[in-house]
Amino acid sequence: MELIVEGVSHRYGEVVALEGIDLKVREGETLALIGPSGCGKSTLLGIMGGILQATGGRVRIRGEVPSGSLNPQTYIFQDFALLPWRTVEGNVALALEHHSLPADEMTRRIADVLQRTGLSEFRTAFPKQLSGGMRQRVGIARALAVRPAILLMDEPLSALDAQTRELLMEDFLALWLRERITAVYVTHNLTEALRLADRVCVLSRRPGRVREIVAIDLPQAERTTPSAQARLSRLHDRLWGLIKAEAQVAEREVVA
Amino acid sequence: MSPIRNEQARDVPFRGGGFVVVPRRGAALVAFVLLIALWESASRFGWISPIFLPSPASIVQALVELVSGGTLWKHIGQSLHRLAFGWLLGTLGGLALGFAIGVWSLSRAVGLPLVSALFPIPKIALLPLLILWLGIGEPSKVATIALGVFFPTVIATFSAIDGVPRNLIRMGQSFNLPAVDVLRKIVLPGALPGILAGFRITASIGLILLVSAEMIGAEYGIGAFILQAGNLMQTDQLLAGVVMLSVLGLVIGTGLTRLERWLLRWR
Repeated sequence: MELIVEGVSHRYGEVVALEGIDLKVREGETLALIGPSGCGKSTLLGIMGGILQATGGRVRIRGEVPSGSLNPQTYIFQDFALLPWRTVEGNVALALEHHSLPADEMTRRIADVLQRTGLSEFRTAFPKQLSGGMRQRVGIARALAVRPAILLMDEPLSALDAQTRELLMEDFLALWLRERITAVYVTHNLTEALRLADRVCVLSRRPGRVREIVAIDLPQAERTTPSAQARLSRLHDRLWGLIKAEAQVAEREVVA
Repeated sequence: MSPIRNEQARDVPFRGGGFVVVPRRGAALVAFVLLIALWESASRFGWISPIFLPSPASIVQALVELVSGGTLWKHIGQSLHRLAFGWLLGTLGGLALGFAIGVWSLSRAVGLPLVSALFPIPKIALLPLLILWLGIGEPSKVATIALGVFFPTVIATFSAIDGVPRNLIRMGQSFNLPAVDVLRKIVLPGALPGILAGFRITASIGLILLVSAEMIGAEYGIGAFILQAGNLMQTDQLLAGVVMLSVLGLVIGTGLTRLERWLLRWR
């Protein structure tokens, strides 16, 4: 499924957060949205999934919704957004319960996604008993359970420590390469973007505009090879050049 | 100050002690026993007049007599009955309005100023009015307790709902949960800790209003019993009534702790 953003703009009172965003997320690709803090990345993601109402423009989807998909546009959240009073199983079930699935189908889906995210043995644990990485795996399992057509990820690894982030990134990749789910990945981490994305969309800051879209024409599986490293490093420098000046401004800003 | 020239290795002094609460088991019990022993001996030696402050032993004796005489159960039964009815009525109403204020902007705009205006009125001041409306019997007493419980419950409920993380609600919406499910599966359980904390406060308010209302025109009930004992200068009976209230409060408090532990076992 494709996601088409047409002339989206958004303002919070006087502040123009986004202006004239035109963007197309292609079938099966992973698009990274990067930019300095306060550039409206998360706002744009919220608009793309229909949990924020843009003040201008529109977002459309095109193409087949895969069979069995209960929630075509599905989020994975930075803070995991797990219900602390539900177990791992219960949190995944929350996304399914209101769809009146047959009981055995629901059990099967839950068991399947827990197995795929390595959570089977933690089925009955409560979120507070899990590490940050495990909690985000629950978030991923919950998202997969509804068979999404487009995954919308809002800095899914930002709340984790560096090592856990590394591990989870590998898991994400394995998942992408296997399932090829269309994904939008918001991050401020260039390394993550360069590791996971097919294209990187750089947003400018206040008002947020599409500054440049950089394609990374290198299969994800080959990006750790030494020959690829040099190319990725050049891309990293280029992307950093695009956002550095604005990141400096953002960093020195007094929050109103 | 010149720098210290001392080449000898010295121990780093420990500076981090104190300011930590450590459990001291049994200390409370010892203090309790000591206090009662002191009181009892003061009565025995005649330092305290038994009319003004009877000894612990005579209070216990009065309690025993009340139990064997059967009047105790009548008083407690009546009181519990009023408390349960009043508290339940006030709590159900309070939960309903609290939820409405917490969830809908319109009911908040209307309800919040109303609650703020009526909450500070000491509800016992309304008892005479309630007696005029409902008569001297049970309904006016129950209504006083219900009113006293109602407002704190409203406030506890909507504050608890305000405290439910918005991101959890957005998450529910992002999975297309119907509004009823968002309320039932996210808002209600998320607000439960705050609501239960409110129960603790309203239970004690209920107890205060119960005794006050029973002191104004009631035949049976712990409050009425204490008042009668006072009028007859039966201080041992009076204090036996006070002990009953203390036990009642403790039992309710323990019950609520149990309920909390069970309902909030995920914490």
